[in-house]
Formats: sequence, structure tokens, C-alpha cells
Amino acid sequence: MKRVISIVMIAVLAICMLTGCGSKSSETVTTDGSTSMEKVIGALGEAFQEDTGISFTYNPTGSGSGIQAVQEGRCDIGLSSRDLKDEEKESGLTATVLAYDGIAIVVNPENQVSDLSLEDIAKIYKGEIKNWKEVGGKDAEIVLIGREAGSGTRDGFESITGTEEACQYRQELTSTGDVITTVSQNPDAIGYASVAALNDTVKALTVDGVAATEDTIKDGSYVVQRPFVLVTKTDTELSEAAQKFFDFATSTDANQIISDAGVVNAN
Amino acid sequence: MKNNQIIEKVIHGIFLMLGIISVCCVLLITAYLIVAGIPAIREIGLVNFLTGKEWASVAAEPKFGILPFILTSIYGTAGAILIGVPIGFLTAVYLSKLASPRVKSVMQSAVSLLAGIPSVVYGLIGMMVLVPGIRRMFDVPDGAGLMAAIIVLAIMILPSIIKMSITALDAVPKEYEDASLALGATSIETYFRVSVPAAKSGIAAAVVLGVGRAIGEAMAVMMVAGNAPNMPDSLFQSVRFLTTAVAGEMSYSSGLQQQALFSIALVLFIFIMVINILLNFILKREKE
Repeated sequence: MKRVISIVMIAVLAICMLTGCGSKSSETVTTDGSTSMEKVIGALGEAFQEDTGISFTYNPTGSGSGIQAVQEGRCDIGLSSRDLKDEEKESGLTATVLAYDGIAIVVNPENQVSDLSLEDIAKIYKGEIKNWKEVGGKDAEIVLIGREAGSGTRDGFESITGTEEACQYRQELTSTGDVITTVSQNPDAIGYASVAALNDTVKALTVDGVAATEDTIKDGSYVVQRPFVLVTKTDTELSEAAQKFFDFATSTDANQIISDAGVVNAN
Repeated sequence: MKNNQIIEKVIHGIFLMLGIISVCCVLLITAYLIVAGIPAIREIGLVNFLTGKEWASVAAEPKFGILPFILTSIYGTAGAILIGVPIGFLTAVYLSKLASPRVKSVMQSAVSLLAGIPSVVYGLIGMMVLVPGIRRMFDVPDGAGLMAAIIVLAIMILPSIIKMSITALDAVPKEYEDASLALGATSIETYFRVSVPAAKSGIAAAVVLGVGRAIGEAMAVMMVAGNAPNMPDSLFQSVRFLTTAVAGEMSYSSGLQQQALFSIALVLFIFIMVINILLNFILKREKE
């Protein structure tokens, strides 16, 4: 009996291997980078794969890793959720803005506060405002939830609010999902996350009276926002397949897909 | 005849090769960690690195002090041992000596199942249940911190402690216990005065194994410890362990920051080496 089972299992495994080989296409586009771009890149990649049959891979490692990967030629297109630094541009990389992402300031749904000014957000994160009652909420200590050092979202948030190196985080979490889960579990918590990743377990605050919507992000009136960038090498041509994807992603055809993913298209 | 000898030799060679693979892995990892970990320590200075109280790796003037991480790892592991060992040890005594065969088999499979649960699941449940629970129970602003990490670690080390202790207790010759019972000792007296002392080195090995598991855990701890690089001066403080310091920043790191993360990994590696040597020493003494 045991022998029969093992033979069957070997056969199944062998078939699995064969199917793996079968679907492999000679042309591939590899992307690597920002975890915040997962939704939009996933949707674009899927549509691209369906249209052209060229296989598409996305490796969610983080903006820094993605930029490094394209520099070292480990992927075709790097994905960054922050604009390139000058030194990165000088090292021979080009940034093409794909979309704009609003960073939502989230609190627990039980929280009475529903609007904060940008200055108040900065003060809260710097630890100058410590209690919710100072901004119109109940008497409770504010629990600051943030992302780990080097995260694109943290970088975006801190540079927009001017709180670089000054944030007094209670918790530093390593993914957007963890931030949302933690905020949804703690009535006194405040956090920040990609607008695309929001769900109804948390409440997004309006900033200076402006809610994070497509229109307000596009026209710039919602101030907590950052670009989603495709990173390529300036002087090296993309492979044919990668160029096709690049053209597709930056064309108006992709706009619907991009906005369906919860971010605002740039092209 | 000659043919046979050749086949024997070839097969011998193949097995040798396979054996060498794992040895090579260990050597490669050791060598790589040392090579990758030394430069940052040189640049920062060993004393600054090990005793610095501030970690600000991406600041304009970066600070690389890992004392908070070292202390957190030690406190966290010690706390987990303090909670996990009594529970695990007494469970092992119960299962090995007192429990009826049916209870024993059910509980042992439950313990094995506990060992098989992926650490991310521990983390998730810690995050959803334990952290809010601690917040409410102790009326602190946030439940994530050293205490949550200690509780999660204590549960995670239970299976290795229980299993190893049971093995040690089961190996105590029945004659010892029979002799003790015949002399008029009650069964509880017998277990704690005869069986446990006879199995003590196995139990010590179980504790060391638990320490090794607790100090090396990253995923579950990262989800419940808060991860702010504070000194662990309160049970409710948001803290970062050696493992989570590496895991949390590695994906975005570059330059000296990345090298410093390798140095942290080297420190962790040395910790675990010491624990392993200790374990080997205990097990060897037990054999003798």
C-alpha cells in the first residue's frame, strides 16, 4: 500500500513539474521593488500578460531593493514609491511617474477625531501632542504606529509632514497590512497607510479638511501624497518585452486599471 | 568481485559528498557572516557597537548602538524560559509518569501540533488577541511590547522543552523508581526525588534548546514586540530583538546600515553558537 501511494505521489509530482515547464514562456518582464505598489503592478501585470502572452513577474522587496535590483541588472524595471534621490539619478537611473498614491492617515473607527491639520499630524508624530483631547478627541494617550526605517511609505509620510528622524513611534511595523490591523485593534492608535490598501476596519482622517480621494490627490489639494515610479536605466535599452510593458503601463489604456487599483494615474 | 568494490567505493563517495554539503553550508555561512559582519564593527568600533544605547540607522548622523537589542533578546529569552520551563517541565513529568496512556497520546500529539504551527501564525494570533488583551488587562496605551513577545516565545518553546524532557524522563530505569516505591516513598516523591534528578541533564538540555529557539525567533516576535529601538526598561516597552532588528530593516537597507545589520547577525550567530556548544557539552556529559 505504501508503495502504491509513493508511486502515485511521484507521478503527481512529475506531472506538476511538466506543467511548470509547459507554461514557461521565453519572454519575461521582471519587476522588483515597492511593496506599496503591489496592487497596481499586480493588476497591470495581469492585464499585460493576458494581452500579450508575455509572462510578468513582480518581486515585492521594497523601494530601496527595487532600485538596487535595476541598478545591478537583476530586473528589467524597478518599482519605487518615492522619487529617486539625486545620487540615484546621477548613477544612471531614470524615473517615470506611473501614478500618485495618497497616504491616508488612519485611526480606529471608535475615534471621535475625523480631521487633523498637517501641522497637528506632524506635532503628533514628533511627540509634541501626546493626548487625543488636545485635538478634540477623548482623554487618551495617542499611540503612534509607523513603518520600519527605509520603507517607502514612511519615507513619503515623514518627508511630506517634515518629521524625518523625529517620529516617536510606539510601534514600527513591516507592512501596510500590519499597520491597518494594529490600528483597527487599538482605539487610541494613529497610523499611516497607502490609500489603496484602506478597508473599513479603520477610519481615514481628512487632512486640513480634505479627504483623500482621486480628485483631491490628482489636483494636489490632498497634501499627503507621493509618486509611484518606474525605475529604468538611463543609457541601457529595455528588452523588447520590457519596453512593451513600459509603454503599456504609461499609456492611457492603463489608466482604468491604475485607478481601479485605488491610485491616481499620472499619464 | 572487482566490479563490486568499485560500486562500493562510488557509493561511499556519493554519501561522503552528500555529507560534505551540510558541513560546507555551515562553514560558508560562518565565513560569510564573519566577512560581512566585521567591516561595520570596525567602522563603528566594537565598544560603540555593543554598548551604544541608540540605534538610528537612517538618520543624517546614523547611530549604531545595539545594546538595546542585546538586552531585549536576553530579557525576552529569560522571560520566556521563566514562564515556559516550569509549565513545560511539569507537563513532561505529568505525561511521562502520571498520565494514563490515552491522555498521554492525545496530549503528546497536541504538543507535536504546537511545534508544527508556523511562527507567523503565532505572531498573527498574538497581534489579534494577545496585544489588545494586554492593553485592556493592564490599562496601558498599547499592548505590543516585551511582555507580549515573552508570552508568545514562552508558548513557542513549550514543545521542544516538553518533548526533550519526556524523552529524558522516559529513559530513567524503572528499577530506580521501583526501589524508591518499595522503600515507602509515595509516587510523587519518587518522581521528583528519583526520576527527575536521574533525568536532570536531559532536562537541562531541554532548557538550553528552548533558549536557542527563543533567541532565534524573528517572525512572531516582530508582529507583537512593537519594534521601536528602545531600551527594555519596562515590560510594556516597545522593543526590538536582535533577530527583528535584522529582519525589519534588511529589505530596505544599504551601505553601512546593511553592513551593521550583518554585524548584528554575527552577534546573534555567536550567541547561538555559545548556546549550541553548551547544549553539546550537557548532552556529552549525560552520555558519560
